[in-house]
Amino acid sequence: MKRVAIVGYAQHPILKNAGALNEVELIMPVVHQLFNDLGISQKDIDFTCSGSCDYLQGAAFAFVEGLSAIQTNPPIKESHVEMDAAWAMYESMLKIQMGDAETALIYGFGKSSPGDLDAIISLQMDPYYISPLWPDRVSLAALQARVLLDQNVITSEQMLASVIEARANSKNNKNALITDLIDESDYLKNAMVSSPLNQLDCPPISDGSSAMIIASEEKAYEFTDHPIWIEGIDHRIESSNLGSRNLATSKTLQASMDQLNLKNIKFDVAELHTQFSHELPFLKSLLNLQDVPTNLSGGPLVGNVMMCAGLDAIGKTYESLKNNQFTHGLAHATSGPCLQHNMLVHLEAQK
Amino acid sequence: MSAEDIPKDYSESPINLEYFYTAGSATTRFLNQVKEGNIVGQGCPKCKAVYVPPRGSCPRCGVATDIEVPLTDKGCIESFTVVHIPIPGNPIVPPYVCAMIRLDGANISFLHLIQDVDIENIRIGMRIQAVWKPKEEWTHSLENIKWFAPIDEPDVDVATLRFHES
Amino acid sequence: MSDSKDLLRAPFELAYNYKRSNGPVMSKFFDALGKQTILGTKSSTGKVFSPAAEFDPDTYESLNDMVEVGPGGSVESFSWIEAPQKHHLIKEPFAFALIKLDGADSSMLHMIADCNEADLSIGTRVTAAWSETTTKRITDIKFFTLEK
Repeated sequence: MKRVAIVGYAQHPILKNAGALNEVELIMPVVHQLFNDLGISQKDIDFTCSGSCDYLQGAAFAFVEGLSAIQTNPPIKESHVEMDAAWAMYESMLKIQMGDAETALIYGFGKSSPGDLDAIISLQMDPYYISPLWPDRVSLAALQARVLLDQNVITSEQMLASVIEARANSKNNKNALITDLIDESDYLKNAMVSSPLNQLDCPPISDGSSAMIIASEEKAYEFTDHPIWIEGIDHRIESSNLGSRNLATSKTLQASMDQLNLKNIKFDVAELHTQFSHELPFLKSLLNLQDVPTNLSGGPLVGNVMMCAGLDAIGKTYESLKNNQFTHGLAHATSGPCLQHNMLVHLEAQK
Repeated sequence: MSAEDIPKDYSESPINLEYFYTAGSATTRFLNQVKEGNIVGQGCPKCKAVYVPPRGSCPRCGVATDIEVPLTDKGCIESFTVVHIPIPGNPIVPPYVCAMIRLDGANISFLHLIQDVDIENIRIGMRIQAVWKPKEEWTHSLENIKWFAPIDEPDVDVATLRFHES
Repeated sequence: MSDSKDLLRAPFELAYNYKRSNGPVMSKFFDALGKQTILGTKSSTGKVFSPAAEFDPDTYESLNDMVEVGPGGSVESFSWIEAPQKHHLIKEPFAFALIKLDGADSSMLHMIADCNEADLSIGTRVTAAWSETTTKRITDIKFFTLEK
């Protein structure tokens, strides 16, 4: 496999309602910031790939309009995933592996404020058996939370700790949407949204955008003296038949861990795309991260831009490795109900 | 077997979603002017291309279009089609003309109606001008312009409208 | 730019009236629902999926052996909604639940109503309550209620 590195990442401050900015106006500043940081332009990019969801904006082919944020003349090689931009990063990685590109710009954007996110997320479910019941994203997550609690995979104390820790860690993240600290009594005062999940167990409705540049070994050092290498990347999906899944574990993550041979790696830091409080202790235990500082950025509980938060987990891991002399980082992105689809990215700073 | 005999093997699967659209900066600036009866395009600081209606960026250069460029309501037909079939929910009686309108000084065109015209006579390059609704009906919408109608000026050769980077 | 009072906003509704082909397996499932019967599909190893799966997600074997299941079953998991949202079909407090119907090995996502949160736990027995009219959709089961 060709060595590929992340050479830059930029994130828009996460907003509760970015109404004053359209999607193009959200994307443009982060792309420009990346280009300025690296002293490059769109002409230095071989392949551009974005991640977004048209239903968030409520306009078919809305992602095409997003392209107006970047320079498309002369015509560029471009692609899009109707998914979190972490998967746009995966596609870009493949493009480089295939020899079609040496450099790639990845961006993701999402404005959840204009629509009803709970209703929109229902539409990603099985259209025959599940979507017609309009299950909201919180209720679906709550089904898994209850299974995990019932089988003692996690405890409600761990859920509380996830929320308190996320708020405390938000101080490390200049772009976090939610930064106020809370204690146990604040947590217990919050009404259940969909039991066993209360308001604070859920991520905030968030608007924002992020961008990243990755490059092959030859190009990486032209852009930066501190590339962070993508040592391994793997993504797997479980059945769309929700009722046939075992929600107490994750076959996909176990398979990815084996594939990437992660068992003997001592990670210094991890950022997980855990949108609900119960998912953090669940994944930490699955991924053997009990003693690893995780979600130092606060994670999705302090800002969860749909179609970006997975890319942000990779971006925040990159920043941690770059700024802290760490060696090994693990990033996780997810999609679908109850952690159906998972990606693991093993990042390594140069030794 | 006739179509009626075939067992129904589909289900109705309606989707209804409610949104609260917010216009963003560029569109808000543009529509606030439209409310006053003005058409103000936005220009690229690099290549000088003028966009109307503006989306806030120049896709040619990937930068914000932060130059306000007042335009008139005159222009020409860049292309057109004659609609002969009624479209459900559309109050306009066919046949009618939809055209790409290129305003003078703009580098892109937008879709609007042409009326007060002999359909046989309509052509690319034809000069046209906006016909506005009464001022008291103006809102934040290009529907303030009822339609565009021909004016007595010589046709434009649309080939000359092609954008040249300055 | 973030001065929200000058911001233009407008509500709009997006609606698509899709029709979806059910295909041979799901047609049988939905036809049976119209007759207040719940079917599942049985794999060669004897595993039963309900709602009727077209293939076994573990072995990819295609399934078309229809067997009757339910209408009773037990709760595998549930989430209780005290304040239903606009798009929810039930306007009173209710639960989304994974329900393993009698005779099935997989669970069905559906709703449980006409009860209190305290009545529910994993393992609680429930049974299907039917809609007054059939549309041959999953909503022909109106919801599940506590088994008497």
